[in-house]
Amino acid sequence: MEVEKRTKMGFEETELRLGLPGNCGGATEGGEVARKRGFSETVDLKLNLSSKEGDSDPNHEKTKSLQREKILLAIDPAKPPAKAQVVGWPPVRSFRKNMLANQKSSTYEESTEKVPGGNATFVKVSMDGAPYLRKVDLKMYKTYQELSDALGKMFSSFTIGNCGSHGMKDSLNESKLKDLLNGTDYVPTYEDKDGDWMLVGDVPWNMFVESCKRLRIMKGTEATGLDDSSSDPVALHNTEED
Amino acid sequence: MNYFPDEVLEHIFDFVTSQRDRNSVSQVCKPWYKIESSCRQKVFVGNCYAISPERVIERFPGLKSIFLKGKPHFADFNLVPHDWGGFVYPWIEAFARNNVGLEELKLKRMIISDECLELISRSFPNFKSLVLVSCEGFTTDGLAAIASNCRFLRELDLQENDVEDHRGHWLSCIPDTCTSLVSLNFACLKGDVNLAALERLVARSPNLRSLRLNHAVPLDILQKILMRAPHLVDLGVGSYVHDPDSETYNKLVTAIRRCKSVKSLSGFLDVAPHCLSAFHLICPRLTSLNLSYAPGIHGTELVKLIRHCRKLQRLWILDCIGDEGLEVVASTCKDLQEIRVFPSDPFVGNAAVTEVGLVALSRGCPKLQSILYFCQQMTNAALITVAKNCPNFTRFRLCILDPTKPDAVTNQPLDEGFGAIVHSCKGLRRLSMSGQLTDQVFLYIGMYAEQLEMLSIAFAGDTDKGMQYLLNGCKKLRKLEIRDCPFGNAALLMDVGKYETMRSLWMSSCEITLGGCKSLAKKMPRLNVEIINDNDQMEVSADDRQKVEKMYLYRTLAGQRKDAPEFVWTL
Repeated sequence: MEVEKRTKMGFEETELRLGLPGNCGGATEGGEVARKRGFSETVDLKLNLSSKEGDSDPNHEKTKSLQREKILLAIDPAKPPAKAQVVGWPPVRSFRKNMLANQKSSTYEESTEKVPGGNATFVKVSMDGAPYLRKVDLKMYKTYQELSDALGKMFSSFTIGNCGSHGMKDSLNESKLKDLLNGTDYVPTYEDKDGDWMLVGDVPWNMFVESCKRLRIMKGTEATGLDDSSSDPVALHNTEED
Repeated sequence: MNYFPDEVLEHIFDFVTSQRDRNSVSQVCKPWYKIESSCRQKVFVGNCYAISPERVIERFPGLKSIFLKGKPHFADFNLVPHDWGGFVYPWIEAFARNNVGLEELKLKRMIISDECLELISRSFPNFKSLVLVSCEGFTTDGLAAIASNCRFLRELDLQENDVEDHRGHWLSCIPDTCTSLVSLNFACLKGDVNLAALERLVARSPNLRSLRLNHAVPLDILQKILMRAPHLVDLGVGSYVHDPDSETYNKLVTAIRRCKSVKSLSGFLDVAPHCLSAFHLICPRLTSLNLSYAPGIHGTELVKLIRHCRKLQRLWILDCIGDEGLEVVASTCKDLQEIRVFPSDPFVGNAAVTEVGLVALSRGCPKLQSILYFCQQMTNAALITVAKNCPNFTRFRLCILDPTKPDAVTNQPLDEGFGAIVHSCKGLRRLSMSGQLTDQVFLYIGMYAEQLEMLSIAFAGDTDKGMQYLLNGCKKLRKLEIRDCPFGNAALLMDVGKYETMRSLWMSSCEITLGGCKSLAKKMPRLNVEIINDNDQMEVSADDRQKVEKMYLYRTLAGQRKDAPEFVWTL
C-alpha cells in the first residue's frame, strides 16, 4: 500500500539520504519505542488519568483511544463528550478568544433563548499549572468560605485567606498578603465586568457574584500588584453590604 | 567597481524598497554596502534579541522607521509566559540617547510600558506613526502621552493589544492644532472614549482615511463621524445596535451613501444584524471585509451582505458562515486572494465548516493565495482537489479542531493531502498543518516545499526522521515551530549549522532532553538556546536526561540577553 502511494507521487526515497552513521538503526528502533505521542496521550498525561505510559502493546493505539473515550464519557455521560482542554489549542490568539467570549456573554443576556436553569451563574475557573479548566456555579454558594472550600476540593494547594463574615479581607492586610505571595501559595483572582483582574475577597459576596466573569487561581509569585494602594481598605470597611 | 558617483547610487537605491532587496543590494560589494547602509531609512528586525540596538543605529545612521518583533509566535497561544521578554524600552532608550530621528515605530508581540510611550513622545519631535500589534504592558495613560506630545501624529494603529483601559481621556489629549491624522485604530480598547472629542478630532482631520472604532462608539456618533469624513477608505464600525425605524438609521443611510471611497470594512463588535442593509450600499466597492469579531452576524444576513461584495480580495469571517455560506463566497468573490475562517467557539471545539467549504472556495476562487481555515474535519481527497485548483497558495494554514483527526472518510493520515499541497503550490512560503500526520508528510515537505520559510507543526510525526526530512530538505526555512511531536535529540542535533540559517526554532512537549540542548548550545555559540522553565519543572541541577518542556533557540549577534527572567535559562 505504502509503496504504491510513493510511486504515485513520483518520488524516490533513496534521494533523501539521511546517512546517520551508527545512529540509523538506533534511531529507528528508538523511534518505534518512542512512538508518536498522540493527542490522546497528551490529554492522558496532562489529566494524569491514565496510569500506563510507554508500553509497547500492539493494540496500544486502540486501548489508548478506548481509554480516552472512557475518560470523556466519565466526564459527562449525558452530553456529547466535551474535549478536554489542551493548552494553546486550537491556536487562536488569546485576544480573539477573550473578545469572542465577552461578546457571547453579552449577547446571551439579550437573546430570547435563555440557557436552561437560567438562575445559574457559571464561571470558568483556571488554575496556573493545571492542565484543564473547571466551571463553578457561583449561585451555589453564599460566602467566600463556601466557594473557597469547593475550589479547594477541585484543586489542591489553594488558599483564600481569612474572610470575615461580610466578605471583607479584614485580617488580610498588605503584609500578610505579601507573606502568602512569597511562598508557592496560590492567590484567587477574578475578571470583572470591566475586564479588570481583581483580587477575590475585596467586595461583598453578592457584588462579587454579580460582577465576576471568570476566576483564575494565580501563582502567588505572579499576583503582586493586584492589592495595590488604589483599593483603600479604610474606604471598603465603610461600604454597606446589600 | 563604482562607475557612478555615490549620489546616483543612492538615488537608484531609493527605488529599492523591500528590506530583502536592500539586503541583497548591500551584499554586492563593500562600497554598495556602505552606501546602502547610510541611506536606508526603514529597518526590519524580525527578532529583537538577534541584534543590539546600538549596532543597528551604527549601521543605519539614516534610520527613521523601524519594525521590531519580540516574542515567539506561540506566545499568541499562551505557550510563553507573559514576562518572557520582548521589552522595547532598551531600543527606545538607545534611539533617544543617540538622537535617532525616529518617525515610525511598529512593534509586534512586544512589551511596551507607559514610561516608554512617554519617552517616545518626548524624544522624537518628528514622530508620526505608532503601530502596535499584539503588544502589552501599557495603559491608556501611555496613549495620552503620545496623543499630547506628538505634534505631527499621522498614524495611531492599535491591533489586538492587551491594553489596560483607564477610561479614555487620552483621545482628548490630541491638541486642537493637530490636523495631520491619517489613520486611527482603537478597536481593541475596552473602555469608553470621549465621544465629543472624537467627533471634533474627525472634523479637524481632513486627511483621515482609516478609522476603526471600538465598541463604545454608538451608532449615532458613527453617523456623525461619517458625515464629517466622507473620504474614508477604511472603516471599522464599533457598535451597531439600533432601531431600524429610527431617524438615526435614516441619517446613517445618507451618511453611508456619501462614503464613496470605503474599500475596507471591519468591526461590528456589537450588532443588530437586521439593520445591516444600510451597508449593502458600500459592499460593491469593498476589497477587504473583516467580520471575524462580529459573532452577532450570522445566517441569512451574513450571506446577503456577502452577495453584494463582488470585488472582495480579502475576507475574514467566522465559521458560522458554514459550508453553504462559503459556497456563496465562492460564487460571488471571484477576485478573492485571502480568506480566514475563524472558529466562533474556540473553547468548545466544534467548528461549523468542513472540507466541503474549502473545496468550494478552491473551485470558485482560483486567485486564492492565502488561507487560514479552522474546520471540523478534512480529507485527503479534498486537499488534493484544492491543490489542483489553487496552485498559487503562498500561505496555507489548516487547523482541524481535533488536532490528530485522520481523513474523515478513509481514516487514513492526511499525509497525501498535504503532500499534494506542497507539491502543487510551488511558491508556498508558509504552512501550518493539523490532523493525523506521519513521518511521510515531512518527507513530502522536505522534497517539494522549496520556498517554504515558516512551518508550524503540532501532534504530528512518528520518529526523529520526520524532523530530519524537514531540516534536510527545506533550504529556505527560517522559522520552525513544533509542539507535541516525538522529535528528540537525534533530530535536533542532526545539522546544527542549519539553525544559523534560520531565525528561530521552537520545540515544546517533544522528546529533546536537557543534555541535547546543552550539546547544541556548546557547538553553536552564536545561537541563544533558551529553556523556558515555567511551572518549576526543572531544577538547576537537573539530570541531562530530563526532557525539556519548552525550548526556543534563535541566532543572534548580541549574545546572551540580559533581561531574561528567572525561569528562562540560556544554555
